[in-house]
Amino acid sequence: MSEPTTPSASETSRHNIVAGGMGFQIRAFKDSAARWVVWIGGLGVIAALMLIFFYLVSEVAPLFEPAEFKPRPEYAIPGNGETLYTTVEEQGEIAMRVSDTGQVSFFNLTSGEVLVQQKLPIGELSIVSVAEVSAERGVLAAALSDGSVLRFAHEYEVSYPGDKRLITPSLSFPQGEAPLAFMTGPASSLVVRDEGDKAIFLGVDPAKAVHLKAFETTTNMITGESTSEVSGELSFTPPVSADILLVEPLLSWLYVIDQKKGKIAFYRLSGGSQPELVEIKDVGSEVSAAHYLAGGISIVVAQADGKVSQWFPARKEDGESYLARVREFDPPGDAKLTALGVELRRRSFAVGDETGRVSVFYATSKRLINSEQALPGAVSQLAFNPRAQVLIAESADGKVHAYDVHNEHPEVSFGALWSKVWYESYDSAKWLWQSSSASADFEPKFSLTPLAFGTLKGAFYAMIFAVPLAVMGAIFVANFMSAELRQVVKPTVELLAALPSVILGFLAGLWLAPFIESNLPGVFLLLILLPISIPLFGYLWLNMPARVRYLMPAGWEGALLVPVIASVAWFCFAIAKPIEAVAFGGNMQSWMDHTLGIHYDQRNALVVGIAMGIAVIPTIFSIAEDAIFSVPKQLSLGSLALGASPWQTLTGVVLPTASPGIFSAIMIGLGRAVGETMIVLMATGNTPVTDASLFSGMRTLSANVAVEMPESEVGSTHFRLLFLAGLVLFIFTFFFNTLAEVVRARLRKKYASI
Amino acid sequence: MAATEASSSKPLDLTAKDTQSVSSYVKSGQPYVWLTAAAISVSFIITVALLCLTAARGMPHFWPADLLKAEYQEPGAEPVPMLAELVSEEEVSTARLKSAGLKLEDDKPFHTRDLVKVGNRDLYGADFRYLLDEWILSRSYPEDAVVLERMEWGNFHGFLEAMKENGSVIASGEQAWTAYAERQQRADRLHDELREIEKGEIGSINYGLERVRLDTRRLELAGKTRENAAAEYQELDARKAALDASYEKLRTRLVEIKTELARDSLVLKSVDGQELEIPLAKIARGYRPNAMGLFAKLGLYFEKLWEFVSAEPREANTEGGIFPAIFGTVMMVLLMSVFVTPFGILAALYLREYAKQGTVTQIIRIAVNNLAGVPSIVYGMFGLGFFVYFVGGSLDQLFYAESLPSPTFGTPGILWASLTLAILTLPVVIVATEEGLARIPRSLREASLALGATKAETLWKVVLPMASPAMMTGLILAIARAAGEVAPLMLVGVVKLAPSLPLDGNFPFVHLERKFMHLGFHIYDVGFQSPNVEAARPLVYATSFLLVLVIVLLNVSAIRIRNRLREKYKALDG
Repeated sequence: MSEPTTPSASETSRHNIVAGGMGFQIRAFKDSAARWVVWIGGLGVIAALMLIFFYLVSEVAPLFEPAEFKPRPEYAIPGNGETLYTTVEEQGEIAMRVSDTGQVSFFNLTSGEVLVQQKLPIGELSIVSVAEVSAERGVLAAALSDGSVLRFAHEYEVSYPGDKRLITPSLSFPQGEAPLAFMTGPASSLVVRDEGDKAIFLGVDPAKAVHLKAFETTTNMITGESTSEVSGELSFTPPVSADILLVEPLLSWLYVIDQKKGKIAFYRLSGGSQPELVEIKDVGSEVSAAHYLAGGISIVVAQADGKVSQWFPARKEDGESYLARVREFDPPGDAKLTALGVELRRRSFAVGDETGRVSVFYATSKRLINSEQALPGAVSQLAFNPRAQVLIAESADGKVHAYDVHNEHPEVSFGALWSKVWYESYDSAKWLWQSSSASADFEPKFSLTPLAFGTLKGAFYAMIFAVPLAVMGAIFVANFMSAELRQVVKPTVELLAALPSVILGFLAGLWLAPFIESNLPGVFLLLILLPISIPLFGYLWLNMPARVRYLMPAGWEGALLVPVIASVAWFCFAIAKPIEAVAFGGNMQSWMDHTLGIHYDQRNALVVGIAMGIAVIPTIFSIAEDAIFSVPKQLSLGSLALGASPWQTLTGVVLPTASPGIFSAIMIGLGRAVGETMIVLMATGNTPVTDASLFSGMRTLSANVAVEMPESEVGSTHFRLLFLAGLVLFIFTFFFNTLAEVVRARLRKKYASI
Repeated sequence: MAATEASSSKPLDLTAKDTQSVSSYVKSGQPYVWLTAAAISVSFIITVALLCLTAARGMPHFWPADLLKAEYQEPGAEPVPMLAELVSEEEVSTARLKSAGLKLEDDKPFHTRDLVKVGNRDLYGADFRYLLDEWILSRSYPEDAVVLERMEWGNFHGFLEAMKENGSVIASGEQAWTAYAERQQRADRLHDELREIEKGEIGSINYGLERVRLDTRRLELAGKTRENAAAEYQELDARKAALDASYEKLRTRLVEIKTELARDSLVLKSVDGQELEIPLAKIARGYRPNAMGLFAKLGLYFEKLWEFVSAEPREANTEGGIFPAIFGTVMMVLLMSVFVTPFGILAALYLREYAKQGTVTQIIRIAVNNLAGVPSIVYGMFGLGFFVYFVGGSLDQLFYAESLPSPTFGTPGILWASLTLAILTLPVVIVATEEGLARIPRSLREASLALGATKAETLWKVVLPMASPAMMTGLILAIARAAGEVAPLMLVGVVKLAPSLPLDGNFPFVHLERKFMHLGFHIYDVGFQSPNVEAARPLVYATSFLLVLVIVLLNVSAIRIRNRLREKYKALDG
């Protein structure tokens, strides 16, 4: 290789030798200008290429950044009485507090300044408990001390006077200011579910009996007044002390929680009949609080032993429902938990203990987001605002401490990405990738395992198909083939590398997949018969009369085999159908399904393996052929001269020398197979399953990006996870290519020294 | 080589006695040699077969196939008449047919199954049907069977009953066909005019109106109201009024053409007796394949082939041509070349001529080399995130604030697609150019420098001209790669149907922010996302064949150039 650095002496000594002048100065200027342009342009281009890596990293990095919690000033809680309910509005500016005296205070979250203070129209009565009817709409229900229930809503009007945002809070009474009679005594642990004109009330009376009442509201068309009538009623006394009631939004499950004994009685609700007790579960400790998580499927239970458990209904193998203790969270410190607050739109929750420590978790990823010593004393109330940018903590002794929360990607943890996770509505832990759904209450399932598995599976089958063909082909072309034939064959096979993968994918999906489906026995027969028939043909050829044998010039075996292979293939497919008819009842797929229990997808790993194998054959072939061909001739000639057969020379001398080159060829081929997108997209069903079967499909990292990227919301966890997939692909291929390159460079040096 | 090999175990007797027994055959390693030979044969066969397959499947699509008139009788059912084009036939085992729901009673293990195109999707629901060959009775090829290619509902197969003008029959029977042929030409002319007005003139009026709207918005954003900038608003109003007036004129002309087009219609009868009237405006082409001679068919074949490459797609891309896809591909590739060539050459010059040849340069070289192996979808993600959202979004904020929130450059488009592919193909150009630079003999440079030329002059006058074929090779390889790449384009600007080309007669003529169509994506989209895959399949094969042809030609020319280059320097090297 010529060394292109030009001697720089010419520049420095130029002025000394030749007289300077205008022309020389211009030339010197042009020379240095060119130098600068090339330097800047060249380095700029290289920097732009490197930018890809840094850009990917910058998109992925926020996933792994810890959440940020910025405290706002601490202040004494405004208003009187004991707090029963606290919340923060959408923008995170104003908090609202409902106390047992019926006083509702709206106050500035940062300063504690009271904006509006209003007493609910309850007269002399006090409030026993407050239930969230709909957190999204801000509808609440208060159980009064005489057993009646008052429903009210907190609303916020946003205006922009003088281009500054002004939020005006107010209370409203959509069902009127008159309380609705529910029970005869005060209802602790009130639960209200409403849907249009129907509403269901649940409460516990002082004797620990559970009362359920359904109301139907009719509105008088003329006066506009609405009246509520009882449409159904029942009560029962559960076997455990009813301290906390939780009812599923769809009204199919009821949880009655005994705080002291730490028991959960799990009921199935059905229409107007008595609830059916499914089972009673032991929590293992006293229960301090329990709440539904967003989505209304799981409940989280804060325990006195300082742990939190998540539960949801699942089904046993026999189809029977049971209450599953899905996972347990262990906040720092072992102090008794005293408060629990959940996010409205994600499955995050916060727990506070009696020392004033507040910890935030994300349920699905089982990730501890943050833990903070928020208050000096025991935490009594915790609430997020609907956008989860603000967390408000209130202590039992009347202190309020709010935090600005920056918690963008709680869904991501190592476990959530790679381990099996027990998702809601599933009966066991699974690897699932399900990034979006039509429902807003959907629990995102971000396991990269099925995608990584699919990627490796596709690459594995492709390599199984490609490596033998490409490496053996390279051996023949470089070592045995005649020169003139080589000049035709090598460029032709290399041309395959230029074939767009979309065409290979299209042929694989629309031609090869149906072809294999209807000729499956033929394909297997070919795989068995071809390797047998070729050496057999070789033996027959050896026993041909010499006259015939000499018709073929040395190194033309490959050409001679083309018709042989074609006829073997034809023969295989011709006899396959009768064989299928006799052995497999005419349909091998249904035979496999019934007899072996193997399910057959039309677009499967076999199809992908062949198509992607074809895509990587030229890459591997070309590099391996170069490596074998450039083994110094004196080595193989020496071996042959010592009497070794060509095959002995090959296996004993040529291949050991060239093996690093062959290795690097395979690595580069693997890199291409791992990153290939279009073939996988078109030739598989793109279902993210972890099934190694040759006859099932897969979804790879790259195809997943191609499918989901255009629909992904910029900056969301999903978006960044797709970039993570891209980064993984980038690093994987870059690593293997570099490895291959280094191996080849060392090999070249070795050849040069021989 | 095969037979002359001697395996010598006894040093005294050097000739081999037994060369033809099985054990000596195995011992000699010959079976393995044959296996390696088979591997290369298989690879070679696959390559050639792939190229032939796309050609063989795509090209016959344009051939006007004969229409078979037959009765199809399933056992226990009335015979059904049909007029169909035979697409393919295959042997299928009885078990598979039975599981497909056919009532087969015989015990033959195999049956021939035909795939036929019956057309008339509006009457039968589907264009294609599988038929059992042995249930087809009374085959004939009637000369007067007509195929009509329609603007919607696919082809019509049937018989011409009469020709109508303004609702009254003017010709029937054989005369109807002659009358039809003339009137179809007239309808085609009208159709061209209609399209010209709708797409061209009305398109540019709409474009003008949109500009007026954006200009108004820009004035508003600049704080100018009708009070304090009356003159500017007046000018805009005048522009709008002028556009509205010319639109009104075109609209009257459009109505005229449409009434003229609606004048003629055909009365047709399908083979099962359903009568149907189709206005000529809805017919793209009509012919009677059974009455055509070989040369007439050849003529029609090339006519259809030409339509394929020059016309716009119809019916959700499953009929008609692929011109916008060809145009989009070519334009994207050209734009990409504009970006990739100078920067690729600069980087190669830096690496080979200016940088200090040390470990760092070597590492950079390997890294650049390896970027060629990074999956293309990763480049697509980079293009989408960096170019589209970051750069494009910033451009919109700065220069196109008037059209926000609808993005101008902050959305995938041809500019970003070509930039992304330029980054993708940069390593190819850099590596090829570097190789070319490395091949130039040192003596040439030294001669130039010794004669007093500066380094820049040596590069410009001696090195670069000699390396130009290498650069050309790099560029051609880059183009070949870019033309076939689809995955990144799906993220940065390709669409299944672009309403307008990125190049048209409206100022500023080149619309780099527009989305475009691409041959590779067309294959993916029509082949996999189309509602009528069976009908679209031949067209996809034809598109594939075109793409393969282009790419093979590009690669072959790159190889040619490279070989000539090597020959050229062989002489110099000595």
